[in-house]
Amino acid sequence: MSAPPPSADPLVKVEDVHAYYGKSHVLHGVGLTVGRGEVVGLLGRNGVGKSTTLKSIIGLVHVRQGRVLYEGKTVTGVAAHKLARIGIAYVPEDRRIFRLLTVTENLRTGLDRAGMSERRRRELLEKVYAIFPILAERRSQPGGTLSGGEQQMLAIARAMMLEPKIILLDEPTEGLMPRMVSQIRQIIELLRRERVAILLVEQNVPLTLGCSQRVYFMEKGEIRHEAIASEIGADDPIVHRYLGV
Amino acid sequence: MAIPWEFIIVQTVNGIVTGMILALVASGLTLIFGIMDVVNFAHGELFMLGAYIGVVVSAFSGNFWLALVAAALVVALLGAALQVVTLRPLMGRDPLTTILATFGISLVLQNYALWQFGPIERKIAEPITGQFGLLYLEYPWYRILIAALSAAIIGAFWLFLKYSKYGIWIRATTQDRVMAQAMGIPVPWVHTAVFAIGAAMAAASGVLFGPLAGVEPYMGLAWVLKAFIVVVVGGMGSFGGSIAAAIFISLLESYAAIWVSPSQAIIVSFVVLILTLLFRPTGLFGTASR
Repeated sequence: MSAPPPSADPLVKVEDVHAYYGKSHVLHGVGLTVGRGEVVGLLGRNGVGKSTTLKSIIGLVHVRQGRVLYEGKTVTGVAAHKLARIGIAYVPEDRRIFRLLTVTENLRTGLDRAGMSERRRRELLEKVYAIFPILAERRSQPGGTLSGGEQQMLAIARAMMLEPKIILLDEPTEGLMPRMVSQIRQIIELLRRERVAILLVEQNVPLTLGCSQRVYFMEKGEIRHEAIASEIGADDPIVHRYLGV
Repeated sequence: MAIPWEFIIVQTVNGIVTGMILALVASGLTLIFGIMDVVNFAHGELFMLGAYIGVVVSAFSGNFWLALVAAALVVALLGAALQVVTLRPLMGRDPLTTILATFGISLVLQNYALWQFGPIERKIAEPITGQFGLLYLEYPWYRILIAALSAAIIGAFWLFLKYSKYGIWIRATTQDRVMAQAMGIPVPWVHTAVFAIGAAMAAASGVLFGPLAGVEPYMGLAWVLKAFIVVVVGGMGSFGGSIAAAIFISLLESYAAIWVSPSQAIIVSFVVLILTLLFRPTGLFGTASR
């Protein structure tokens, strides 16, 4: 096992987190870190607790034991809306676009924050419309009428409205056409250049290894392995061990 | 059997006037249901309490408009307080618990009114007393004013929902509570605000209705029953649907009153309710989704 350099001042640090859905114990002491501006992949088979790990960071799942640190402060138990306002954005697996809200209104949900000047709002909107021209075209259309790929872009664009320091990105390429997948990849690269940290949960191994600096492998609600992404290939025995069928 | 056309016109006007008050009551109810899945059994009592505040303030100040604003504000604050202390802790529990909680609140408020004001009907003086000739009868201007005011309040609220920042928050929360939270929207406070707005709308309708009939502790019951019918027929949680349903049902009742007595005409709303539940349970006017 290669030992990645420990991040001295991680943006997010998850320590021994245990979480439950009802009575079933889903996370058994998860621990991971994400540095500032770092893209970290989280790999593992279905149902090992990857999505739950993301939810426990943003406060959508109750953390029964352990803690989550953000910028060095414990944020376990802090309401999701407060975390969103201090820079943790979440793009869920099923995208969860506000279907009856127009594209612009979807974006405004993250834009109408305290301390945002009218000018800053316009700049941010123009910025994402420049990155995602298709959203600009559909700005007055209800979110529910967009295609799957467009909805995924809207979900990412909406998260960007929060000007986050980290985006928790859950299966962004699930069910998308190859052309869309490469677009998602470009967006991840772009966010990385802008020094936005990303914790990426993905089934697409080559994409994850290509975008991430480090990757974690999860199994049965625990982190089992950690590696530098560039040091392993998609057919590495480690990948087979944790993802092979 | 030929019905004189004058009858039909007068009953149309009557139907629209009651329909607009009913729409104001029902839109608060549907809004609260739509956003937090709470069936607010205390809505009629908020209506009644608004009417009583109208009685008291207009008696002291002699100013109907002041009474209208005061009732809306006081009941909005009361609604916010009720939401925070009773409904917020029940968030995410079985819907039955919120039904019991709001039913409990309704009993407390009814008995408070009975204790404070007694069983005898009070009246609110009309702000305008003029009448105009409508075919064979003298029609009070006040009724027209009620319809216009209700429409104005509903219209203003619709604009608020459509264009304002908080309107977008409310609509986003109605569609996806969890995602709204993840976007930084303070969902618990949005719920409180919506409950307060719904309560204020109920109170305003109570004051507007006050001059038409007496104000008494049980006046909320008839209205809330009708408002529930409207909410179901309009499509649970659909704002536009409730308004359409309120006017539709009130018009039907008005027309039915041409043949039968007004107290029997209420049967029509139940018939509509039953037919809706049988053949179109998602509501006549609302879309299946919110």
